[in-house]
Amino acid sequence: MGGRDATMVLLDENGIRCDGRKIDEPRRIMIKAGGLKNADGSAYIEFGDNKILVGVFGPRDVHPKHMSNTDTGILRVRYHMEPFSVTERKNPAPSRREIEISKVIKEALEPAVMLEKFPRTAVDVFIEVLQADGGTRCAALTAASVALADAGIPMRDMVAAIAAGKVADTIVLDVNNEEDQAGQADMPIGYMPSLKKITLLQLDGILTPEEYKKCVSVGVEGCKIVYELQKKALHNKYFGNRDD
Amino acid sequence: MDNKRKYVIPGDLVTTGPFRPEQNVILEGNKIISTTIGISEIYDDSVKVIPLTGKYLPKIDDLVIGKVISHTSLSWELDINSCYVGFLPAQDVFGRDFSAHADELTSKLKVGDLVAARIANFDRTRDPLVTISDRDLGKIDSGALVKISPSKVPRLIGKRGTMIQTIEMATNAAITIGQNGWVVVSCESPEGLLKAKKAIQMVNEKAHVANLTDQVKEMLESKGES
Repeated sequence: MGGRDATMVLLDENGIRCDGRKIDEPRRIMIKAGGLKNADGSAYIEFGDNKILVGVFGPRDVHPKHMSNTDTGILRVRYHMEPFSVTERKNPAPSRREIEISKVIKEALEPAVMLEKFPRTAVDVFIEVLQADGGTRCAALTAASVALADAGIPMRDMVAAIAAGKVADTIVLDVNNEEDQAGQADMPIGYMPSLKKITLLQLDGILTPEEYKKCVSVGVEGCKIVYELQKKALHNKYFGNRDD
Repeated sequence: MDNKRKYVIPGDLVTTGPFRPEQNVILEGNKIISTTIGISEIYDDSVKVIPLTGKYLPKIDDLVIGKVISHTSLSWELDINSCYVGFLPAQDVFGRDFSAHADELTSKLKVGDLVAARIANFDRTRDPLVTISDRDLGKIDSGALVKISPSKVPRLIGKRGTMIQTIEMATNAAITIGQNGWVVVSCESPEGLLKAKKAIQMVNEKAHVANLTDQVKEMLESKGES
C-alpha cells in the first residue's frame, strides 16, 4: 500500500490538500452506465484513481435452493479486488476485508432495492475493483446502485456514497489513500438523497460529537454531488442527450 | 398529454398530490417517486412509469412464448424468459380424463419445443400457471424465434398495433409476440422472413427513437425495391 510519508503536508495554510483539492471538493468522478453485454445491468466508475466495474444479474433462480426466501428476493454481493489493483500483488482469494465490504455494501443496498416484489429469487451484484486508491467501498456502492438501476431492479432511491474524514484536525470531504493512511478519521457514508435516509455509516478514528455532526453533514452534501452524476450517467444511457 | 410525460430514474419525483400510484411508482408521504428507469405518465387520477429496462414479470392473461425445459409425469416446465418457470399441467393438454400411467407427456410436447401459452394464474406464492387450451395457443411448429427485450414489446406492437401491422403487411409474415420478449416469425418467403426479423431487431435497438414506424416502413420498402 502507499507508504506513509512523514514529511507530506496533508493540508497547507491555504486550505489546499495533498492532491491540490479544497477541503470540500471531491475527486474527479466519472460514471458510465451499461457497458457489459452479458450482464443484466452494469456500471463503470472512475473515482479519482479508483477504477471499478460492476455487473448485476437478476432477478434469477437461487442456487443453492435452500438460500431462497419465500417472502422476498435475496441480494448477494461480491466485492473483489483484482491482483493488480494495488501496488503489491494481492492474493485473488477473498480476504477478511473483502468479505466484510461485501456484507457492508449488501446491507447498504438492501433498503433501496425492492426485492419483496420477486419472492424466491436472487439478485447478484459482482463488484470488481480494477484499481484501488482509497474509498473503494463508497465508489463500489455508488456504481452498484447505478448497475442495479440499469438492470431494471425496482428501487426506492439510488444510493450515493462518499467518505468524509478528519485530516490535520480539519473535516474534509472524500478522503484519498494518503489521507486515509495518515489522517485521523475516515467515515464512509451511503445516502439516499430523495428519501433523505442514510444506509451506510462507518467510522474509523476518533471524533468529538461536534466533529461527528460536521462530518455527517459534509458527507451527505458530498453524496448529493455523487447522486447528480449517477443520474447523469443513467440519463446519458437511456435518454441520450435530449433535454428533459 | 405530452407535457406530462417525463424521463425518470429511480428516486426521481414524478409528481405530488392526490394520485393513485400504479406501476413502478411508490407513494412516499405525498410525493410520488419512480422506482425504475422509464417514462412517467400522469392520468386524471393515477400515475405510472413505463419501464425501459428490466426482466419480464408474469402477469395474468399475458400471451407468452415458452420453451419446454423439462417434464414430470404430471406437468411440463416452460422457460418463459422470466425469473420464474411456467408450469403447464398435463390436464391442460390431454383434457380432464388424463391419467398419469396411460398418457405419455412426450407424445405431445418434447423438451425444446416452443409453445404459445397464456398465463392462467400467478401470485407471489407459486410459479406461474400457464395454459394452452385456447384458440391460437399451443405448440408452435414452424417459424423463427427472435428474442427482444421484454420492456420493448409495447413498442414493437405500437399504438393500436400500428407497428406490427406495418411489418406484417410489408413482409407477408405472421408474427406472434409474447409479452416476455420472445417473438415467433413465420413467413412463406425467405426474404420476407429475413426482412421481418431485421425490422423486429431494429425496433429492439431503436425503441426510444421518435416516429420509428416511418423509419421501419422506409427500411422495409427500400429493401423491397432493390
